[in-house]
Amino acid sequence: MPDFIADWLSSNEIFTAMTLMEYWDGLVTTVHLVFLSLVIGLIVAVPLAILRTVKNPFVSGPIWLYTYLFRGTPLLIQLYIIYYGVAQIPGIQETFWWEIFKEPLYPALLAFTLNTAAYTTEIIRGAIMSTPNGEIEAAKAYGMNWFLRMRRIILPSAARRAVQAYSNEVIFMLHASAIASIVTIVDLTGAARNIYSRFYAPFDAFIFVALIYLVLTFILVFVFRKLENHLLRHQRPANS
Amino acid sequence: MLDLKGYGPALAEGAVVTIELAFLSLALAVTLGLLGASAKLSGNRVLTGIATAYTTLIRGVPDLVMMLLFYYGGQVAVNALSDYLWETREIDFFFQFDPFISGVVTIGLIFGAYMTETFRGAFLAVNVGQIEAAKAYGFTRWHTFRRVMIPQMMRHALPGIGNNWQVLLKTTALVSIIGLTDMVRVAEEAAKAERMPFHFFIPVAAVYLALTAITELFIRWLDKRANVGVVQGN
Repeated sequence: MPDFIADWLSSNEIFTAMTLMEYWDGLVTTVHLVFLSLVIGLIVAVPLAILRTVKNPFVSGPIWLYTYLFRGTPLLIQLYIIYYGVAQIPGIQETFWWEIFKEPLYPALLAFTLNTAAYTTEIIRGAIMSTPNGEIEAAKAYGMNWFLRMRRIILPSAARRAVQAYSNEVIFMLHASAIASIVTIVDLTGAARNIYSRFYAPFDAFIFVALIYLVLTFILVFVFRKLENHLLRHQRPANS
Repeated sequence: MLDLKGYGPALAEGAVVTIELAFLSLALAVTLGLLGASAKLSGNRVLTGIATAYTTLIRGVPDLVMMLLFYYGGQVAVNALSDYLWETREIDFFFQFDPFISGVVTIGLIFGAYMTETFRGAFLAVNVGQIEAAKAYGFTRWHTFRRVMIPQMMRHALPGIGNNWQVLLKTTALVSIIGLTDMVRVAEEAAKAERMPFHFFIPVAAVYLALTAITELFIRWLDKRANVGVVQGN
């Protein structure tokens, strides 16, 4: 180890085992929150995206309104409405829901899920809409019904076209999750804020956490590049 | 009619703060974007490296973390500079690093990185023959940039600028966290005091929707103007 790193490690008072554990707990909370909201958001978004392509305006209209509202307003306001709003629902404090929603984690999870589901719905819808007509015609010519066509042809084809835009959404969600610290959740940013206020050391506390987010972002970019290569392997030139 | 319990004027002032913040940040972002794109396309390895480091770092870090770093770190840096100047030169220099400036700087820096990518793509879309023609006419580099590149890249850049603007507008809500009295902050205080979260947050959300809708129309108009003289296939 170079001397200057050893010197720095022995002279620093901030990055002790205790604060590193706080960052670690924050990392676990951030990953937990982002992973859950992305998975639930994706599960919700696929049927919504399919219904959004239906020609009947009574089916596609409400879904359009939902994505428009959630994509057109700041996530912070959505979080505030859910976080402060849940407690105001008459009678909720007597039901078992209150046991769940008085923890700030669950309002945040709900806000993040609704937000990412709205963006993901539009991404998948765009990919479904741009399915080459020939693929659908061929499926019809084989006598596939609507359900089989969707499952075997349209959705796999759309997934390949959606993966690039979806990877941006995942990174956006990781970064957006930093606002969970506003509603007293100790995620990565929350841990950094606590450590900042204890030592009054903004550069150490926030640059360190920025580096963690940077590493997480690079890991996501790498994983999605691998996934994209895997999904698009049939399009690679034959001799590479 | 909507009863804002006396918070109406404060909310309106907050909305003005939000709009000022958004436009100043946009101006900074466009400037940085043009500089960044020029640096990336300059062919100079040092400049390209700096611009690439800038866009990669900024896009890998959450906007809120950047904002906290600039706001709290900025004050510590100003204090240190102030102490240094007083002890060595006896110059009395101090200023309070306020949330508005931190907000403009952070949002400008973040969206400058996105604008860099937008402008880079748009500059690359300009036909090389146009630049060669400008050279043949004896245009200086600045003249080529100003008279040939800018007008022609604008129509490629506008859709990207529009998207970035919509995201930027929503990002301004974060500045309420470091204490700026924008409309989100006023709504939060009012919602807490009156215990009516829906009553105050939904109108504020509606203002954001209205602002995006209005600017969307404006961008469409600009887009039409930038595309004058281009034959578009149907």
